[in-house]
Amino acid sequence: MRPLLRLLTLLAALLAAPAWAQDDPFAGLAGSSFDDIRRGIETLATAAPPQAAATITALQQGALLAGPDAALYIKTQTGFLDARTGQPATPDVDALKSVRVNNSVRRAAEAAMGGLTLFAPDPTIRRSAAEAVLKSRDAAALPALARAIAAEQDPAIRTIMQQARAAATLASPDTSEPDRLAAVETLRARGDIESRAMLASLTNQSPAVIAAAATAVTAIDRMLQLWGLVQGIFYGLSLGSVLLLAAAGLAITFGVMGVINMAHGEMVMLGAYTTFVVQEVIRAHAPFLFEASLFIAVPLAFLVAGIVGIVIERGMLRFLYGRPLETLLATWGLSLVMQQTVRSIFGASNREVGTPAWMSGATQWGGITITYNRLVIIVFAFLVLAALMAALRYTALGLRMRAVTQNRRMAAAMGIRTPWVDALTFGLGSGVALSQIDNVSPNLGQGYIIDSFMVVVFGGVGNLWGTVVSALTLGIVNKFLEPLAGAVLGKITVLVLLILFIQRKPRGMFPIKGRAVEA
Amino acid sequence: MNKLPTILCLIAILGGTALLAFGNTTGAVPTYAVSLVGKYLCYAILALAVDLVWGFAGILSLGHAAFFALGGYAMGMYLMRQIGTRGVYGNPLLPDFMVFLNWKELPWYWTGFDNPMFAILVAMAAPGLIAFIFGWFAFRSRVSGVYLSIITQALTYALLLAFFRNDMGFGGNNGLTDFKDIFGFPLQSDAVRRALLIASALFLAACLLAARTIVTSRFGKVLIAVRDTESRTRFLGYRPERYKLFVFVVSAVMAGIGGALYVPQVGIINPSEFAPANSIEAVIWVAVGGRGTLVGAILGAILVNAGKTFFTGALPEFWLFALGALFILVTLLLPKGILGLFARREPPPAAMPAPEPAE
Amino acid sequence: MTSRTHADTILYLDGVSVSFDGFKALNALSLYMEKGEMRAVIGPNGAGKTTMMDVITGKTRPDEGKVVFGTNTDLTALDEPAIAALGIGRKFQKPTVFEPHTVWDNLLLALANDRRPRFTLWARQTGEERDRIEAILATIRLADQRHRQAGNLSHGQKQWLEIGMLLAQEPQLLLVDEPVAGMTDAETEQTAELLREINKTRSVVVVEHDMHFVRALGVKVTVLHEGSVLSEGTIDHVSNDPRVIEVYLGR
Repeated sequence: MRPLLRLLTLLAALLAAPAWAQDDPFAGLAGSSFDDIRRGIETLATAAPPQAAATITALQQGALLAGPDAALYIKTQTGFLDARTGQPATPDVDALKSVRVNNSVRRAAEAAMGGLTLFAPDPTIRRSAAEAVLKSRDAAALPALARAIAAEQDPAIRTIMQQARAAATLASPDTSEPDRLAAVETLRARGDIESRAMLASLTNQSPAVIAAAATAVTAIDRMLQLWGLVQGIFYGLSLGSVLLLAAAGLAITFGVMGVINMAHGEMVMLGAYTTFVVQEVIRAHAPFLFEASLFIAVPLAFLVAGIVGIVIERGMLRFLYGRPLETLLATWGLSLVMQQTVRSIFGASNREVGTPAWMSGATQWGGITITYNRLVIIVFAFLVLAALMAALRYTALGLRMRAVTQNRRMAAAMGIRTPWVDALTFGLGSGVALSQIDNVSPNLGQGYIIDSFMVVVFGGVGNLWGTVVSALTLGIVNKFLEPLAGAVLGKITVLVLLILFIQRKPRGMFPIKGRAVEA
Repeated sequence: MNKLPTILCLIAILGGTALLAFGNTTGAVPTYAVSLVGKYLCYAILALAVDLVWGFAGILSLGHAAFFALGGYAMGMYLMRQIGTRGVYGNPLLPDFMVFLNWKELPWYWTGFDNPMFAILVAMAAPGLIAFIFGWFAFRSRVSGVYLSIITQALTYALLLAFFRNDMGFGGNNGLTDFKDIFGFPLQSDAVRRALLIASALFLAACLLAARTIVTSRFGKVLIAVRDTESRTRFLGYRPERYKLFVFVVSAVMAGIGGALYVPQVGIINPSEFAPANSIEAVIWVAVGGRGTLVGAILGAILVNAGKTFFTGALPEFWLFALGALFILVTLLLPKGILGLFARREPPPAAMPAPEPAE
Repeated sequence: MTSRTHADTILYLDGVSVSFDGFKALNALSLYMEKGEMRAVIGPNGAGKTTMMDVITGKTRPDEGKVVFGTNTDLTALDEPAIAALGIGRKFQKPTVFEPHTVWDNLLLALANDRRPRFTLWARQTGEERDRIEAILATIRLADQRHRQAGNLSHGQKQWLEIGMLLAQEPQLLLVDEPVAGMTDAETEQTAELLREINKTRSVVVVEHDMHFVRALGVKVTVLHEGSVLSEGTIDHVSNDPRVIEVYLGR
């Protein structure tokens, strides 16, 4: 076995490098002429021994010194390393002289660095090396790329290398037209903004290549537009999910009880502060739990806001039934009190709510970036929604709530204790106000009330599906108007559109029809 | 409607301000107090406007401060033009903030504001026009109740966002300020302060009389009928949307006048005047004094704002608690406001149980 | 329809259907009324009596069918105020008067007059108006209650005030929904008398449950069932109609 392996290695080395460098790929660097050094770099890059990258980097920084007998040392802040082994060394300082560098050497060094890392054992380094070559469009990297592509096992990295080769092919003066046309196709398949820029800026090409590039640019543009659309929809969905979480509770309380809770935004605030407190406690006493903090905080936030909701209903709202406008004023007053209370306890400034590691970061999917926190919010919103729908459909409370929504007096006559339903509804509606996982401040709730009421109005009262469609639609519309009109103007436009919408359909997109609601 | 409270209120407003103004000339009343009361009177005009729509037409507007602020901006634009070359940049044509934004010429909608009469006209016309457009859409499609309240809030919110923008040409975040003269007289002088106070009192009195004339007329009776039983008025052949629209526009114009008088007395107008919280505060003034009484609105505005001045000076932490509690307590315990405490009680309806509708 | 001249017609419904979420409140309802006629409409709950009123007064728009008032006015294209202005008055099942206003002011607002804000804003009460209100007050027997707030009247008095408001409107056609619900026998008798009096000059549609009252009116009766006409004729004719008996007693 062993001899065979040795033979193979020898064979590979023979194929890859000039004969004289077989035993010492570093030797050329100690040569005296610039040509020697340049060739030495190329040899070293091709052989790619473990220390090659460090050595060439040192050369670029002027920290590579040559000694007698082709010895090479890297000067560090504390002393010297042997360039071949990377071990500390103590050379005779007087006998050392710097390896000289001129422009052609420098270019060779740069190309070599790119090429070298193409063979690095670490796939992430290989990937970024390939990306770097792609960006630099260096024709000199072509041979290295060819070898790297042949050796590469990872198909994703190989694709990038091929794309890099395509870019280099187009940049190189002496490649054939079929190669160039193939290269255009490769870049077109990559289809991102950089490939578009490369294809759009081609110079000194044959007409066929220019034409192919032009078609490719249009194709890429179309793709990019499509991906932009998908990205916008994704952002819109995440914004819509936030709106949905904020509005679902409002939709329930408004549907069942006919009251607008102007303190609903403060319920969101309470939930957010609960998360903050949970995280503070965890930081102080059980840091290892931090990654799980949201799983503790979310149910707690639901409970806190829910209980506060029940207290509000029992202590205040029940005295105001049948007077929806007064309810609106009283709950506004309540929101002021709640804000000031939180301000007194936690201070007026923003407090930090940390994002667990599993929620930060992003992944690339086709042409779009999916950030995990947005993804989590979308998934979470739909879990809450599913739970809410299940609660409305399958629990006794849900059945009673639906009964009260449709006909309060009849429900009361059937023996349903409507006050009890009201209290629990309000608790539930307040509890699901869970939309904020971000830094907290006492007046964070104020931003929610108009937005979430708009969602309810748009979707129609007493219809959770309407709320869903409306929240997601508004989220997406908002996100698409933003780049067109700017964030502020976009918001104004949405508000104006909604005001106009109410004029046309005062009962929302999905109104409940019938005589009961017309009375 | 009883005449007595209106008469007492007119006497109190006009007599009180006359006394204050006189006291100021003798030095017994400090000038800041003159401006403070002047400010309260402007708020009272706003409260009157809110009561006109809420108390008599059942329209709970949560955006009335927008009309107030629009009037204020119109007046502020006139006052900006009066600064002339005395601004920081000394530009004879452009206000400071436009110079700062590198604007070369005055936007077209600033033309005419050199003329005070034009500015006052716009202070009334701009809120009126916006109220007309908004109301025409809203009332025609029978948007009412909490829906209407929330879209009025959305209206002021949209204006808030718009006025925050620098490129709107209204000074952006900082608004309009550093005023120097009004009608050629220095704004900071005691005499001008007194004149503004008296002007506020006269306009408040005029608004009160106008509002009273409206609500006691046959129009006002229809309006009250619309407030309580809108569908019934329709079957009688009335068009509630026209009644609401008229009173909404009148109310917006009134609020605009209030704003126009307010700005020279406080010396600044900025987008925060559009904040939804301001509009809701105006509603609570009316609720405190007594909804649907006109005089109560004035009383409430002055009392609540005097309280605010006191608390924010003495116990700043406490003010929001007090204001929040006021909202809750008044709606729970004092639904007819302070004036409701004095109202004559009608005997309760003769006992005859109303049958439930059968079908 | 028939060969009658249009001049005799006050109200003509043809194939009117209304549905709420799939439930047909009116199902191809056809009805014809002569000028000066009083018609009683009866039917079990859910027969479509109130929906019919809603359609005639413009509150509900029919999905299909024609509603014609007088010779050729299509009511389906008009809204409530326009229909009221044509001369159709309506009294609701539950008495709805303007509670904060006095009895006098309620009648004043109902008087046939210009309804536009520009008129009401400057309107002063004229002697003629005063006389008309006095006359109505006498008819509805509320003359001594004129300064009372309408909200403080008894239920029966409110019903009468609302009929008075209808009279003040001077309509050609009155739609009266359950006028005697919650009234004593004496009040019921007086109401029947009042309606007969009104019918001398105007056409009237009365929706009622109370069979004694309908018998006392002594007019043509239309029986509605499931949104269409089940039977029509004198009270004796319809109460002997086997289909009517089945609907009322059969289940």
